[in-house]
Amino acid sequence: MVDSKNSWKAWLYLAPALVLLLVFTVWPIVNTLRMAFLEDYSGLMEKGGAVFNFGIGNFLKVIQYQRFLNCLKTTALLCVLTVPVSTVLALLISVALNSIKGLQKVLQTIFFLPYVTNSIAIGMVFAAMFNIVGSFLGSENELIVTAGIINNVIEFFGGSHVNWINVGSTYAANIFVMVVYIVWKALPFKILILLGGLQSINKQYYDAAKVDGTSKSRILTRITVPLLSPMIAYVVITSFINGFKEYTSIVGIFGENMGPADDKGRLNTMVGFIYDALSSNNQGRASAAALILFAIILVVTLINLQVSKKRVHY
Amino acid sequence: MKVELQNITKIFPSRNKKSNEMVVAVNDFTFTVPDGKLIGLLGPSGCGKSTTLYMISGLQKPTSGKIFFGEDDVTELPPEKRGIGLVFQNYALYPHMTVKQNILFPLQNLKGVDKLSKEQMLDRVDEVSKLVQLEQYLDRKPSEMSGGQQQRVAIARALVKMPRVLLLDEPLSNLDARLRLQTREEIRRIQRETGITTIFVTHDQEEAMSISDMIVVMKLGVIQQVGEPQEVYDNPVNLFVSKFLGTPPINVFNGHIRSGKLYIGEEVIADAKDVSDKEVYVGIRPEGFIVDPNGKLTCNLESREVMGRDVSIVSNHPESANPIVRSIVDSESPIDVDAQTIKYNIKKTKMFVFDKETEERIFLEGDKLPYHLTQYVQEKESVNSKSSEESTQEENS
Repeated sequence: MVDSKNSWKAWLYLAPALVLLLVFTVWPIVNTLRMAFLEDYSGLMEKGGAVFNFGIGNFLKVIQYQRFLNCLKTTALLCVLTVPVSTVLALLISVALNSIKGLQKVLQTIFFLPYVTNSIAIGMVFAAMFNIVGSFLGSENELIVTAGIINNVIEFFGGSHVNWINVGSTYAANIFVMVVYIVWKALPFKILILLGGLQSINKQYYDAAKVDGTSKSRILTRITVPLLSPMIAYVVITSFINGFKEYTSIVGIFGENMGPADDKGRLNTMVGFIYDALSSNNQGRASAAALILFAIILVVTLINLQVSKKRVHY
Repeated sequence: MKVELQNITKIFPSRNKKSNEMVVAVNDFTFTVPDGKLIGLLGPSGCGKSTTLYMISGLQKPTSGKIFFGEDDVTELPPEKRGIGLVFQNYALYPHMTVKQNILFPLQNLKGVDKLSKEQMLDRVDEVSKLVQLEQYLDRKPSEMSGGQQQRVAIARALVKMPRVLLLDEPLSNLDARLRLQTREEIRRIQRETGITTIFVTHDQEEAMSISDMIVVMKLGVIQQVGEPQEVYDNPVNLFVSKFLGTPPINVFNGHIRSGKLYIGEEVIADAKDVSDKEVYVGIRPEGFIVDPNGKLTCNLESREVMGRDVSIVSNHPESANPIVRSIVDSESPIDVDAQTIKYNIKKTKMFVFDKETEERIFLEGDKLPYHLTQYVQEKESVNSKSSEESTQEENS
């Protein structure tokens, strides 16, 4: 314990961190709360001398916006689709990686590459894979220079090309592309965590299972998954949180339009909505939306924790 | 079920890729475990005893040699087809399952003709949990149990599928001293009740001697001696075995044989007829000393430790290979604590003479030689002529 005489020293040493936290974390949070509850707050208008009423008008307006509800739907849909798929895939890949010997290090590096690559750059590569270059799509004089790698593959197997992300594409096709992209991007981190967890499982459990003649599938479901459950819970919770904060992936593939050219903003997300509101000087609404997003993430995380309490062993 | 190991050798490739030095963990191990007996594999760490156990279990494959269970050659069989129960050193209980689920687990793996109905499985669990006295703990998780209880769960899990052979890897090493005594009696009782051939590994000689029907003393992957615990203790075939068995450990003196007499220093200890002159080690068990003012061996007295029934005398001797000479004598022995020296007579049956070079036993006239030990010595002698050079080299390194 520091005695009270010398406590100013402790405060002195803490000061740099405290100042930075106060300025860049605590104050923005307080300010967000303030702006959210001032109806129609705008920083520009405040400078002009406008006075705003205190109330929950911002929240009411935000949740009545069709645009906001669309963002919410897209975000939730992407979360619900990508989290289970990426978690299961990551689990299978890490179990497979853990069971091979020779190329483990090389493959581990390959699987980890997406993590250290710029997501906009990856997005552009994915966009190129799905993009149809040409014009007059769907018209009589249809002209296609290249339908993209994915469509080439589909056509190779006798299917007809799909309009994934171009003008006239469907919402379902857009979501499919986003799911593939987000899953691929989310894999490395999850594989890293799960592989680490797998490698820390005592090998004797597997020896014991082997002596008892346990089948491979039973070893996976009855031993590996339960022993890995704390890691799996961690991965699921963090990926739900990341999923609700999704924004850059959409920009990566669709650009700032957040959707195909004929339906801009179709794939906008919660963070995208907040960003748009901020940049159009609607800080009040942006703050309200940010708090709603925070509340949603909080609730989802609490549900996750509750579920994992029952499912996560020891 | 008789377990027969024929010329089992296990060679591990070198860890370091640059050097091609291989590790011979088990070297030409031949031994038959009689049906229904409790056998202790005993040796210092790194002597290959666990490797031997894992080869019997099938988790490791011998580099050469054959393993038979009864008449069946199981050398190439995977562990699950051998019908063994294995108890791991740290139990390897599944932490996310209750005791009951842990014990049920091996049964749920059974397929085809062996498949059991739910009732049959529960009956088996009941039966085996009664045997290990765990009935009231079935719904606990392993983490909620003491080490001794976990140990019993591990034994129950190994026994529930009615194995032909039960294997235990250092079963008592994770328990505290009191539990160790209790658990080793428990293991003995369970083994007696089930009559399953049981092989266990330990580095603790006391543990092995107290419960085994037979012990196998190993060193550097080679069997040193096989026999009933008392017999091995009373008649060690080499210096290593004599030093490894017994607490307090055996006292070793530098001695020599000159014209048919055994000397320690300048004192004649015993006759050694028909043995050529050579340097020897003389091992004397602590209980092999008799205090006698006219005794043959003179030691410098250091202190006396009273233990009630017995008295332990700490002394030293210039020719002793150990820093102190410890003897355990009758509490009524006449001991002059103020004297500088103490004289002992030696009980012949508690004294062993070993060749200094080969460290093999030299049997003096009058030494007891059980029939099968005679055979064993003869076998050893034929092998020794080949391997004695190697073993002394290993010793020196």
